Amino acid sequence: MLCKGSEVVVRTLIEQGTSLVYGYPGGMVVDIYDALWHHRTEIRHVLTAHEQGAAHAADGYARATGNVGVCIATSGPGATNLVTGIATAYLDSVPMVIITGNVPQENIGTDAFQEIDITGITLPITKHNYFVSDATRLASVIREAFALAQSGRPGPVLVDVTKNAQEEEVEWEQLPPLPRTRPKRHYHRSELVAAAEAINASSRPYVYFGGGATSCSAEKQIMALADAIDAPIGCSLMGISAIPSHHPRFLGMEGMHGHLASTLAMLESDCLIALGVRFNDRATGNRAKFKQGTTIIHIDADVSELDKNTEDTFAIVGDLKQTLQELLPLVRHRARPNWSEFVEGLRAHEEQVADRREGLTPQNALRALNELIEDDACVVADVGQHQMWAAQTLTFTKPRTFVTSGGLGTMGFGLGAAIGAAMGTGRRAVLVIGDGGFYMCLNELATAVAERVPLVILIMNNSVLGMVRQWQTLFYEKRYSATTFTEGQTDFVAVAQAFGANGARANSLDELEEALQNAFAAKGPFVVDCKIDRDELVLPMMPPGGTLDDVFFRVGE
Amino acid sequence: MFRRRQFNISSLTVSETESPEFSRITVLFDGDDRAKRQLKSQLYKLPDIQVVSELDREQTVNCELLLVKLANSDPSSRNDILDAAGAFDAKVMDYTRDTIILQLVGESRLIDNFIDLMRDYTILEICRTGVVSLQRGSAVMRNLAEQ
Repeated sequence: MLCKGSEVVVRTLIEQGTSLVYGYPGGMVVDIYDALWHHRTEIRHVLTAHEQGAAHAADGYARATGNVGVCIATSGPGATNLVTGIATAYLDSVPMVIITGNVPQENIGTDAFQEIDITGITLPITKHNYFVSDATRLASVIREAFALAQSGRPGPVLVDVTKNAQEEEVEWEQLPPLPRTRPKRHYHRSELVAAAEAINASSRPYVYFGGGATSCSAEKQIMALADAIDAPIGCSLMGISAIPSHHPRFLGMEGMHGHLASTLAMLESDCLIALGVRFNDRATGNRAKFKQGTTIIHIDADVSELDKNTEDTFAIVGDLKQTLQELLPLVRHRARPNWSEFVEGLRAHEEQVADRREGLTPQNALRALNELIEDDACVVADVGQHQMWAAQTLTFTKPRTFVTSGGLGTMGFGLGAAIGAAMGTGRRAVLVIGDGGFYMCLNELATAVAERVPLVILIMNNSVLGMVRQWQTLFYEKRYSATTFTEGQTDFVAVAQAFGANGARANSLDELEEALQNAFAAKGPFVVDCKIDRDELVLPMMPPGGTLDDVFFRVGE
Repeated sequence: MFRRRQFNISSLTVSETESPEFSRITVLFDGDDRAKRQLKSQLYKLPDIQVVSELDREQTVNCELLLVKLANSDPSSRNDILDAAGAFDAKVMDYTRDTIILQLVGESRLIDNFIDLMRDYTILEICRTGVVSLQRGSAVMRNLAEQ
């Protein structure tokens, strides 16, 4: 059929399975918004307060559902406001398609009103991007964008469409969505056999997984491998929720603020089996000194991650699930009683040094929250101390129920992402956020209220930028430069109410429990402003640039 | 990508090819095997990249073009400049009372040596194209892409 380019954009989004988009209109996408109006029964558009919120919402939607998240913004500032959101998705390998408008082709390059080179700006933070000034290319480019966003290692893809391309009329024909391609298999079977032999020969294997476990749906295979070789399991921040927290082999997150047992088991292991994980510096500490001389078996969909941050003994490129299915029959099932006993010792030690203070500590606040979180509910954590406490304390039973900005560490990610996660799953989502992060995204309360999104928002409010303050406490002789707010300067409950949401304040554990009860009974967004002491630290901690040996779990004494 | 990931490249040339569908980028890169593997795999992540081929110096025809503008106002050095140019087979592209432009085509090392020699005179401007290379024999990069 003959239709306008803007129609082609919307029809192709629908064809590719998109039923929900986030965005913000403007002069150079007004044609696309007109097409969205015509198709409003097939595709729902959610207006956010800010384009950054739209990008985070599309990202949260994608992380919680596994589907491609889509957002739309106009040229110039609309497009640049997306940048942090796109980079967040890129660093955490989240499949997204971003549509931006641009000025008509004849004005490109003239610094026209609201013209910006968004494909230039987003080149290093997208898997790929396209500049389309000819309507005949639109459908094929958008189809390609969807295929690319989901293939191999997922990521964001941006399509910049000039105004004239939206206005031109072209032929469009519906096609079936392209199938998602699995990462190509690049390894030879002999490499897998050699890796299996190394595993069989090891006496202290440690299974370590990251976000790739979820994007390849390899959770079962990971547990099966650990069972077969009697190994403990640890994960990176991005791996949390892929396997149940209560799994007997699971030691939790490893790294700068990881679980003590998990980090120490990694330190002691003689064979590190790294699955869909990229050895970020927050996980390894000093890269040059990380696990020197240990056998590292590294399996990832992205060849460029292999041998990048570590010296891998075996670097195997492939889809995690398929590769593990092939590896499993090659490893010898055997118990490693000495190793298991050692790991149990680490676990007991961790238990012994665990924070058991009473009252409204960060851990107790999160335990109270944990009691009320439904199994299917998605928990979003913003960035900072609360994020690490949440990663350490909350428990999960289903994949894709913990969403956080790991790679980029984007403060202000939380509220947008939580809106996307709740709308994507059709269930109440929980947001854990600091007061600093909440200042960055509280405008999206407007979106949550307008869309009646069921959200429990727990602000862990310590009136400081706690994570930076922690570094200042430990490494900068308590010079608290620009990290202290005036206590009580903002009444977050009144802010919530002003937006049309509900809220309650908690200054004690009892008050928190009551506030959370009310929050989980509410229909729309509910803000719980929970007071946390500003001198609380995230422990254990591996000092920046340190090694696994340098982890400490106590300060002072 | 080269800058962002801090790959140490000393020359980069983008050129047309036998096919309007492809451009050819020739990069001179200095690094160990691990850095080389990393460079290749990062390049392969870019959807526009069809094929990356590592060229072995011995099995490749490499050349570069140099234009150099020298001061020519001192009559006593004019013949020396022309002699040196002749020794390297450099061509005189422009000759005035004040300046001379020489063109030299050859391997980078030859060009380095020639520039070094020219430092005896007054170099006003240098422009080098960067290296272009083709593998000797029947090897064709596009065939690799099609595989």
